[in-house]
Amino acid sequence: MINLKVKLAGVEFENPVMTASGTFGFGREYGEYFDLNELGAICVKGLTLEPREGNPPPRIAETPAGILNSVGLQNPGVKMFLKSELPQLKEVTRAKIIANMAGNTIEEYCEMASILSESSVDMLEMNISCPNVAHGGAAFGSNPDMVFEITSRVRAAAKKPLIVKLSPNVTDITEVALAAEQGGADALSLINTLLGMAIDIKTRRPILKRNVGGLSGPAVKPVAVRMVWQAANAVRIPVIGMGGIASWEDAVEFLLAGAKMVSVGCGMFREPALPVTVKNGIAAYMEKNNFQSVEELSGAVQVY
Amino acid sequence: MKESKLCKIVKKTERVPGLFDMELYAPEAAREAVPGQFVHIMCPSFENIFLRRPISICDAKDDCLRIVFEVRGKGTYSLSRCQVGDEVDVLAPLGRGFEISRERYRRPLIVGGGIGIFPLYALAKQYQGSAEVFFGFRDQSRVVMEEEFRAVSKELTVMTDDGSNGNKGFATAPLEERLKAGEGDIIYACGPMPMLRIVKRLAEEYKVKAQVSLEQRMGCGIGACLTCSCETVFPGTWKYQRVCLNGPVFWADEVTLHD
Repeated sequence: MINLKVKLAGVEFENPVMTASGTFGFGREYGEYFDLNELGAICVKGLTLEPREGNPPPRIAETPAGILNSVGLQNPGVKMFLKSELPQLKEVTRAKIIANMAGNTIEEYCEMASILSESSVDMLEMNISCPNVAHGGAAFGSNPDMVFEITSRVRAAAKKPLIVKLSPNVTDITEVALAAEQGGADALSLINTLLGMAIDIKTRRPILKRNVGGLSGPAVKPVAVRMVWQAANAVRIPVIGMGGIASWEDAVEFLLAGAKMVSVGCGMFREPALPVTVKNGIAAYMEKNNFQSVEELSGAVQVY
Repeated sequence: MKESKLCKIVKKTERVPGLFDMELYAPEAAREAVPGQFVHIMCPSFENIFLRRPISICDAKDDCLRIVFEVRGKGTYSLSRCQVGDEVDVLAPLGRGFEISRERYRRPLIVGGGIGIFPLYALAKQYQGSAEVFFGFRDQSRVVMEEEFRAVSKELTVMTDDGSNGNKGFATAPLEERLKAGEGDIIYACGPMPMLRIVKRLAEEYKVKAQVSLEQRMGCGIGACLTCSCETVFPGTWKYQRVCLNGPVFWADEVTLHD
């Protein structure tokens, strides 16, 4: 029997598969397509201190092997999440719950971290990499000094393990990865979306109302695998890999590159039960190739 | 649990150039579907078409879902290249359909524009010949399903933008005439945004309930990704709702139709 259990920052997960923030809401919708107990963790939609309506539509554009989105963190706010979403989610699943937080200022991140630390969520994920908002977001995530400062301050305010979600829109991912580690991050997750743009040549206008948006999907996977590999080799804290996973083979690539866990995101838009396929595929791969644990598989790429 | 299903294409016809009429074998979905709902189809053959395509259900009978779609881009193009016997991966039925009641609504008025007419067919059928139907097309060459709609309606009026079928103007012109005459206890509409805005205004003016079916660029199709939003009215404010889950059919007074 293959052991899929993973331990990360003191939290034990049934398996290394989770859902990526912003693609899964609060689990209600996909819960109709697969048993949420199949997941190691659920990372919920990005939360802000106050409710947000998000950006005007169109918010999505299809591009070769991927999508651009500019949802802009539409969410009911952290208090409503704790009141009406978290209790229900906890009731239907044993999967660990990760609360994704996005703020306009360092103070907002700190406040959310302390509010969420009093709840039953298992971990916090600090989103300093959202490309679709005017304030905060990726502005925090692209400067190593800023990443160090925000991480150390939020770390001090949080009483739960803290994941820092990194932006790929940087020159050197290892600089920001190290800055987050030095700031006290318990884990890293990457990559968030790559900033992109698509133009309708008939109307000569961008397809997205906000002109630009975040690219995800199979198109970004090689970039994501490379960055996960670089980051995992640069830091000692665990790395959660994501970006374009559309099959179990994709997920194994991320694990080989050094990720301890993987997140499935917009691949679910095509195949709603993709996380289950990915989990089963990882188990079968481990069995066939004699890996006893995910720990062993993680980082097992034999580079030239 | 819900799941995506592989459905065999059992019928395919090109009605007018670039407009395809297809039937998919999907017994469960065909039983469950209500008029106004949609299917989310994975477009085959091209690996880099990432998203499914939402297409409204035109009819559901004999274990089959019927869809009629126009080739607009590479997704609908690849779907149009499928042949009878091929299988396509389908999520269906999705979304909130029309509210239909033969008891409450004795004199339904249905208005459609261009490729917006297709979801109105199953709707008109449910009213068993009591609905008056008003359609608008660009020109006579784009007029489709005229006889089929006539067979299930009390009356069908077809207008063309250029008058090439003898009736020049928008579908909302004869609709307004009927409202003026005191006809209609509900309006159902599907078509281009300018048409829906007129329907919303007429419904308010003549104090008749109205439902509109909206379109938006869509991601997951089941309400999780929040990309297909539309602006809706809320007491003292507004809120985005999801076209795929809260719609695609909305009450006209629920939506602002700003976008």
